[in-house]
Amino acid sequence: MRSVREALTASRRAPLLSALGIVTIAFSLFAFGLFGLVAINIRRALDQVEERVEVRAFVGDSTDIESVAAAMKDIGEFPEVARVDYVSKEQALVRARKEMGEFADVFEAGVLPASIEVYLRPGMRSPATVKSVADRMRTYRFIDDVRYGEEWVEKLYRLRTIATVAGIALGVAFAAVAVIIIGATIRMTVLARAKEISIMRLVGATDMFIRLPFLIDGLVKGVFGGLLALLFVWIANRVVNEYFIQTIWFDREMVFVGVVAGALMGVMGSLVSVGRHLRRI
Amino acid sequence: MIRLTEVAKEYPRSGVALAQISFEVKKGEFVYLTGPSGSGKTTILKLLYMDDKPSEGEVWVNGVSSKNASGREISKLRRRLGIVFQDFRLLEDRTAEANVRFALEVTGAPPATIRAKVARALTQVGLASKATSYPRELSGGEQQRVAIARALINDPFVLIADEPTGNLDERATRGVFQLLRDINASGTAIIMATHDLDLVRRSSYRTIELNHGRVVFDSAESPPSARPPDEPFESDTPTDFMEKI
Repeated sequence: MRSVREALTASRRAPLLSALGIVTIAFSLFAFGLFGLVAINIRRALDQVEERVEVRAFVGDSTDIESVAAAMKDIGEFPEVARVDYVSKEQALVRARKEMGEFADVFEAGVLPASIEVYLRPGMRSPATVKSVADRMRTYRFIDDVRYGEEWVEKLYRLRTIATVAGIALGVAFAAVAVIIIGATIRMTVLARAKEISIMRLVGATDMFIRLPFLIDGLVKGVFGGLLALLFVWIANRVVNEYFIQTIWFDREMVFVGVVAGALMGVMGSLVSVGRHLRRI
Repeated sequence: MIRLTEVAKEYPRSGVALAQISFEVKKGEFVYLTGPSGSGKTTILKLLYMDDKPSEGEVWVNGVSSKNASGREISKLRRRLGIVFQDFRLLEDRTAEANVRFALEVTGAPPATIRAKVARALTQVGLASKATSYPRELSGGEQQRVAIARALINDPFVLIADEPTGNLDERATRGVFQLLRDINASGTAIIMATHDLDLVRRSSYRTIELNHGRVVFDSAESPPSARPPDEPFESDTPTDFMEKI
């Protein structure tokens, strides 16, 4: 309780420094938040593209429908498989005519084979998994051919890997910069109260007693900085949605994690700054 | 109560600050530490309140040894010490009363007892009427009295004073010195570093004189005739003073 009062009193004594601290934390977290928003939107876009990964097995002309149904049941039980559809010759023709638009009349009835279309579960769309499913589908004797756009799947997977690695590296870098800036901001508060700290030590205050108000100060600044950063990111997101492209916003858990991360960064920054100062004096 | 045994202190850059220092201070004693600037007075005081540790030897203060004292033990020890500096070390943004109260609050004293104790300490140093004044509104002597009140608030068994009259005019010096005598008369030991030779000569308290980090005279062990000839000590240069703080 005393530590909370002490932290509040210290903020009241130096309101400008406190406000500056919160704004600095907010801007460093704003950069991190913007990056986060871009990252989840890129991920979402890649997910949407990946949803189109499918394995198509062409069924021989003389195959009876019972065999196809049995195979579809088998395939549907593969752990990687989300959904299995049957496309008859007629449906294939309708779809092709629709997709080809002005060239629709080049297709004649019976020219396209029937097929089994397999859609894979999220996280099961790597080239190796897709190939494994395709290979198992080839084992059915009535399957003439299996296609899944091998080259395209590999490119997509490579793009996702690059995006993930770059995302982690940039995320860590942004987080590190945020922690350093927050640490420096809190260090200013510590230095502004250096004399008070040295007197506290001389009259017998324990290090924990000295630290606690700074930790609370860091926590409060982290939370307020985090909320302010969230507001900035939300405004930026609104502007982008209004004038450029449709984007998605963080879900509720992400917002919560973001604010908690701000608070943690504030506490960590305080711990490091006060700890360094106490070791020096 | 306080014992230094074969204490040496060496700093990596400035070299030997103290060598072969051994002496004891008994309960209720008044001891002057004298000597020229750089003779090691402040270093000894720092070792006493365990702001620093000796490179060799051992310092015992009220049952706490410099060899194995933990951070918490040092904090607890300091609550039983009163420490006063030449530059007062008051918080400028707090009143005299708040400065004194601060020393009690940081030790976790029960809030109910704080007000009475602060009033008593300020009365003891003759500043009851200036409780609500800020340090900038007080004279040097008054500021030092506030610092002494802060040092006394936890009923210390010893008051350690590092050149407490160094920044004061003669009249304020006399006042502060008389206050320290009164505090000592009530049973608190005083260890006071000073290079005010007049002050030392005028009183009959024990004097330990240092030079180049060694004890060259201790009136408790040597006859007064063994004392080195009086030479006025040089006052601290601004650089020395800054080093101290």
